[in-house]
Parts: sequence; structure tokens; C-alpha cells
Amino acid sequence: MKSRLRVPELVAADPRHARSAADRYRERIRVHNPRLNAFITQVDPEVPPAAGPLAGVPIAHKDIFVTRGIRTTCGSRMLADFIPPYDATVVERLARAGCILVGKTNMDEFAMGSSNETSAFGPVRNPWDPERVPGGSSGGSAAAVAAGLVPVATGTDTGGSIRQPAALCGVTGFKPSYGRVSRFGMIAFASSMDQAGVLARSAEDVAWVLRGMAGHDPRDSTSVDRPVPDYVAALTRGIRGLRIGIVRNFFDDGLWPTVADRIQAALAVLEAAGARLTDVTLPNLSLSVPVYYVLAPAECSSNLARYDGVRFGHRADRPEDLFDLYCRSRSEGFGEEVQRRILIGTYVLSHGYYDAYYLKAQRVRRLIRNDFLRAFESVDLLAGPTTPTPAFRLGEKTADPLTMYLNDIYTIGVNLAGLPALSVPAGLVDGLPVGLQLIGRDFDEETLFAAAADFQRRTEWHRAEPPGFEDVSG
Amino acid sequence: MKWETVIGLEVHVQLLTESKIFSATPTRYGAPPNTQAGLIDLGYPGVLPVLNRRAVELAVRLGLAIGATVSRRSVFARKNYFYPDLPKGYQISQYDRPIVQGGALEIPLPEGIVKRIGITRAHLEEDAGKSVHDRFPDATGIDLNRAGTPLLEIVSEPDLRSPAEAVAYLKSLHTLVRYLGISDGNLQEGSFRCDANLSVRPEGETRLGTRTEIKNLNSFRFVEQALRHEADRQAGVLEAGGLVVQETRLYDPDRRETRPLRSKEEAHDYRYFPDPDLLPLVLEESFIERIRSALPELPTAKRERFRSAYGLGPYDAAVLTQSRELADYYESARQAGAPDPKLLANWILSEVLAKLNRDHLEIDAAPVPPSALAQLLIRIADGTLSGPLAKTVFEALWAGEGTVDAIVDARGLRQVSDTAALEQVIEETIASHGPQWREYCAGRDKLLGFFVGQVMQATRGRANPQTLNALIRKRRDGSS
Repeated sequence: MKSRLRVPELVAADPRHARSAADRYRERIRVHNPRLNAFITQVDPEVPPAAGPLAGVPIAHKDIFVTRGIRTTCGSRMLADFIPPYDATVVERLARAGCILVGKTNMDEFAMGSSNETSAFGPVRNPWDPERVPGGSSGGSAAAVAAGLVPVATGTDTGGSIRQPAALCGVTGFKPSYGRVSRFGMIAFASSMDQAGVLARSAEDVAWVLRGMAGHDPRDSTSVDRPVPDYVAALTRGIRGLRIGIVRNFFDDGLWPTVADRIQAALAVLEAAGARLTDVTLPNLSLSVPVYYVLAPAECSSNLARYDGVRFGHRADRPEDLFDLYCRSRSEGFGEEVQRRILIGTYVLSHGYYDAYYLKAQRVRRLIRNDFLRAFESVDLLAGPTTPTPAFRLGEKTADPLTMYLNDIYTIGVNLAGLPALSVPAGLVDGLPVGLQLIGRDFDEETLFAAAADFQRRTEWHRAEPPGFEDVSG
Repeated sequence: MKWETVIGLEVHVQLLTESKIFSATPTRYGAPPNTQAGLIDLGYPGVLPVLNRRAVELAVRLGLAIGATVSRRSVFARKNYFYPDLPKGYQISQYDRPIVQGGALEIPLPEGIVKRIGITRAHLEEDAGKSVHDRFPDATGIDLNRAGTPLLEIVSEPDLRSPAEAVAYLKSLHTLVRYLGISDGNLQEGSFRCDANLSVRPEGETRLGTRTEIKNLNSFRFVEQALRHEADRQAGVLEAGGLVVQETRLYDPDRRETRPLRSKEEAHDYRYFPDPDLLPLVLEESFIERIRSALPELPTAKRERFRSAYGLGPYDAAVLTQSRELADYYESARQAGAPDPKLLANWILSEVLAKLNRDHLEIDAAPVPPSALAQLLIRIADGTLSGPLAKTVFEALWAGEGTVDAIVDARGLRQVSDTAALEQVIEETIASHGPQWREYCAGRDKLLGFFVGQVMQATRGRANPQTLNALIRKRRDGSS
């Protein structure tokens, strides 16, 4: 295995080769995962892969997607022994397309976190520096792709959970428009923002996989019934002529100057490729974080009510009565961050507080979306940094949730607006990757692919490999 | 002091759908516990609800039938509370944007009075499961078969002024939902459940008193009993100088009393918010119009038509139109040629209903089809059968002995109207009852019945009563 193969190269004409490719990745997981803790569950092959457009492509699913007969934990003690009786739509579609599941990746508990430190299965380590976080919540997927343990992995993005870890681990992470990919079988955190996406080395690889999982699903009422364009075909369209708005709000005091430099350099690449750059300001964007931390907890407080110890999941030993069963099952099953958000969410929905918090946040959410829509009247894409800083140290921000929440300051607005966005590697700062974020119009994933693929034809950042994980022959 | 009772009702109607409101699981009643609970009904991690279109249609039908506004855009909300038979920890319901808003139901009261009861709203929601407390010694059983069953909650204005009015409202609503085919209205199976809000106030007072909510009213009889008891209780509290506490009370039919379930302070904070898994329900004008054009004739309209078209009294019209099937039975018999609309009504209301009652049958299963009843009434009209003979034939019809004419012939039940034949029997009767005849002739008119009876006996009931009466009188007048 001379170098990491691209997804189209992995698509095997011969199923026997498919098996061997998957086995090579499994071997890499065996060797390297103990250092990274990127996987919660490793999956050995049982059935030969289907002969589809992704035949033989090894894949890892974030452990938030339910997999029939394969433990699905959502990073929580609550579901530590949960074996789902069905497959998520994403899992089912990719299996039918020929993907081979090699494992379930570690994540922040119930996708609540930006560092993977809330996982009940221990933190994932950043392949670029094992003392640093990989980002979150799809940190396991990002680290696994960065370390070459798997060519592609699924993720979910509620407030940046694909793009932020992609940026911190130096991979390409794509969050499609809300409604583009089915949420059926994706364990809910904040239903109005949760969206499944892909982490891979390049926009090209992402396009191949997203093509296999996008599209309307009658089992998800919020999935949108509109045709899925050929994302792979969009890869060759190029940047030339695109109007790209630079989101000035992102270049704030929190942004490290060294990161800003990398982003400026990346923007220069876009301009050199023929994009026309303009400055754009989104007046209400600064409210994204507070709005998000009202709405997402509100939804999660309700979504997580089903984990009550009665039907599935963790159940307290010898409960004294019903109340004790509820209290202890949930106190023991949920970690601190999840409990914090359930409490916040319960509070903002309570009688007398609903209007002041939830309703007001919904109104501001609309303002934020309108800001984006107005911006897209004059530009085709928006651009900026994905995160204010490169990967931080394990434990650095766990003591202060607010500092942790600010990590998602550039990514959250996109979820509130439901737009598609991606992060592509844009260079290293002190040996750590940083990401360029591109944001597209509703359901215009194609333009994002066109721009990202062109950018990656002109840069090498997405090929960079973390030291110690260089691809030696498997 | 005289007290006025003010009542508003919340009725949960189970909608007649094949499957649950947010999943494809069947809704058949009476399946073994937890055999009709799929992953979505169980609230498994990752599952999502998909709205049952049929349930929407049925809700719209009700909205149109009560002259309500059918919302072009309504919203599903989550009602959050923990309970073991509520799998998701929330119930999907509708809160501030229900599918049906406003409207009214006309209810018949004694003496032909019709009262209009306002309907505030009707909203779609899913049912919870069932907790079984009496089956296991140290545990509560949970049956989730019912979880996710589609319900339409119909909320009335506080327009009802007595337990009797409440029952009249419930009966009208019950008739309506069955007319519309939106529910089987089966009270035993819980397809039609009622909670009541009740307060009392001194007569003449316009402000509302403090109300209590009474739950667990699963028969019309219980509703009336429970509301009567609760009204008396509240009046008693107030008369003793106390205050009614706003609370939820449970009716115990065995002890015939209501008792507190939870106080206002203990009331849940349901933390309603729009369900992000379901988009707002947007109804196209054409969808609503299609349902409107397929609406059946409604009970009130049918009742009025039965009065005007057939000349029936208010009571007869009301009873005949209580169910669509009974009204159809009546009209089928009319179409089959039953000549006298009032006589037909009498036959159905007395003979047919009595037999159905006796045999525990529904009208669709009556062994005498409307055409046979029509034939029977034709035979009365053409003089073949007297009323009493017709009843005998009806018995035979019910027992399945064949057609009207075949029974008449086989049993020799044809009415004797032939004057000469009857005169002969009369003479024989006079001959054997001389003293009575003389008394009759001397003016004891009551004895006419005696002679009619004797002749009837002699002719085995076949004598035409009118002819016979006339002949006996004529004989007396001739002999005096």
C-alpha cells in the first residue's frame, strides 16, 4: 500500500480485493487505535460487500448511527450495552452501495461536546499531537481518517461536530444542508439541527460517499424530497467566476493571528483560481452561540427523556420506586455535560421561561438565517476559518464549559440556518492543522464541492499525514 | 342557595385508522400485550415519527362537520412528562396551533329544544400505553399496544349547564363521529373517552367558579353520576363556607365519588414546544374540499329531513337518525315500498328495536331486512293483514320462516274481511252468549270488545277488526 488510496481507487471491481482492502485498514486500526482511542467498537466482516458504486470502500460510522446487531453507544454509558435491532438509513444505504463497515467511532456523549472529552469511553487523541483533543463531537471519525485507519467515516454536525474536528485533525469534513441526508436511525441530539455528513481526506472522497447516502427518506419527515445532484460530477466545475464572501465577523478577537494567516493564504488561493472575493458581514451572527445553547439543550432535554431505564439502556440496580428508577438510571447513565444540557433545556422550556428563552431564541434564529440568505443574494459561497484556534490540550477547557462552547463560534450559525458547509485543511500552525470553512446556499452542495475540489487541486494540505501515522504498507 | 353547574368536556376519540398516527404498526384492539408496538412506538433511539395521512383526513372531516375552521397550517408539539407507559418521555400532540378551531354542535334537549354547544378546538395526538397495576404482585406491567394510537381530542366550551346536558352533548358527539366514520365510538374499548371540567356558581352569577377536572368517565352513565356528585360536592363545600380547590379528581364508579388525583401545584409543567421531527402540517385547499364533498349527510340535517319529508315527530326522527345504519334501514324500507312513513317508524321503533335489544344485535344484522318489513306493511295496507296478524308474521319473519306472503299462506293468516263469513260467526257467537248480547243491546257498550274478542278467537285472529266492529254494531242496531 504505497500511499493512501482515493475512494474511486478503492472501489473494487473484484470483491476479493475489497476484502483485502478492508482487512488492511482493520490491521491499521488494530495497530494504531490503542494510541488514539478513535474506535469504540471494531467490526469484523460477516457478509461479502454488495456490488454497488462504493463496492469495497471501508468505512467507519460514528457511533451515533444505529447498526443492526452491532452495539451502538452514542458515546454514553447509558447505551454501553445497547444492540440496535435496525440499521440507520445512512448505514443501510452505504451498505447497499457496497461500503464495508470496519468500526464505530468514538464521540462526545450524545454528540454534546467539542473535544471528545465527554465520551464515556475515554477521550480520542489527536493524531497530530496525542496530548491534544481531536475536536468533537465526531472526533473519533476525524482522528481515524487523519491517521489513515479508515479512508472515510460518517459524522454528524449539530453545531460544528463534523467541521470542527475535521479542521483540528486536518481532514475534509462536510455537513450537508439540513434535510439532505436522512436522520432516521441517527440518535437525536438536537433534531432541528442534527445533520449527517462525511469526513474524508479530500472533497473528492466526500463526494463519492455523500452521493451514496443523500436523498429523501420517507421515514424522516424532515428529509427533503428533491433530486440528489451528481456530486462527483460537480468536482470538476472549478472555482473560476464564483463570488466568495469573506465573513468578516469570523475575523474577531478570538481568532489566533497565526490561524488568520493560514486562512488569508487559503483565500488567496481561491482568488488566484478565479474566485471574486468580497467582504460580508452577518449582523446577527454574534448571537449564534447563545441562541444555540438555548435551542439545542431544549431539544435534547426532550430527545433524551426516553432514556429512563424502562425499556432499553442503563437501568439502575434495585430501584426503590419509580422515581428512584428514573433518577438513578439517568444520573448513572448520563455524564456531566449531557446532564448540564438537559437541565438547561428543561429550564428554558419551563412555564414562565419559554417566551423569554426558547421563543426569543427561535426568533433570533430566523434573523441569523435571514442574514445568510441576504448575503447569498450577492455571493455564491461564504468563507472563513472553521475554528479560532488549532487543537487545544486535553483537559484545557473542560473546567469551563463556556470557553468550550466558544470553540464552535464559527460553525454554529450554519446549523441554525440549516445550510451546507465544509471544512478543508488549510495548513499547519505550530504543527497543528487548521481548516478553511466554506458555506453554501440551501441545497447547493455542488458549488461547495466544486470550490473545495479546485482548492485541493491547488494545495497539498489535505495530503499531509500526522507524524507517526505516515502510510507505510499497512 | 340555587347553584348553576358549568361544564366543559374534553373527549378523546380514537380515530379509525389501520395504523398508528406516527408509525405503520396496526391498531387492532385486544392483541396480546406489547405485540402491537414497533420500534417507533417504543421510542427506540434514532426512530422518527411520520404522520398518518388518514388520521389527518378524519380530523378534517370532524372540523368540517362542526362548521369549524380547519387550520391550513397546524403544528405538532411535544408534551413532556415522565411516565413508564409514555415511551419517548413526551407525547406528540398539538398545542397552540390545533388542526380544528372553533365550531359548534347542536344537541337535542327535552321538549324539542335544541342547544348550540361551542367547540373550542380539536387536535390530533398520540395515545400513551397502558400501565397494568393489578397483574403482578411486586411490579407494574406496561402494555404499549395502545402507544401511538391516533386520537382526536375535542374540547368544548363551558357551555353545558347540567350533567344531563353533558350527556346529551356526548351522545350527539358520539352519533356524529360514527356518522362521519371517523371512530367506532366503542366506549368499552376506550375509543370514546371523556374528561370533564366542572364548576358551580350561584344562579345569576356570570363569572365562573373554580373548576375541577374529573377523569376516568368511560360510560355515559358514569358521566352523569360523576358530574352530579361533583356538582353536589362543590355546592356543599361552598355552602359550608369553603373554597373549591382547583385540582384533578378521579371518578370511582364503585364508591360513586370523585377523589383528588393531583392538585394544581402538583400539575405537570409539560414544557410544550414544537416537535422538530415533524414539519408544520400544511393542508391544501383542494385536500379540504375533497373531504368536504365526500361528507355524509350529518345527523342534524338528517333529523330535520326525516321530520319534513316523512312527517315524523321530533322524538321519532331523533331516534331513527341516532345512527346512520338505523336511518338507512328506515329509508331502505321506504324505498322498498313501505306505504305509511309514520307506521313504518312505529314498527321500527317498537318491534325492530325491541327484537334487536332482546337478541343483542346491531341493526345491520337484523334478520328482517328493510324490504321484508316493507312487504309486511304493504300487506297491512292492502287489508291482507291486521295489526295483530302482522305482528305474528313479523315474529315468523324474525325467526327466518320465509317471505311475508309465504308465511301468510303457510299459516293461513290471511285476514277475513268477507262479510257473509263474518256474519255467520257473529250469529254463532250471539247464540252461545245470549245474556251478554242482551246486556250489550241494553246499552252496555263495553261488551263490544267481548264480542270482538270472541269472534277473533273463533277466527284465530284473522277477522278484519274494522269490518267486525261495524258488523257487530249493525247487528245490534238492527235487532233493537
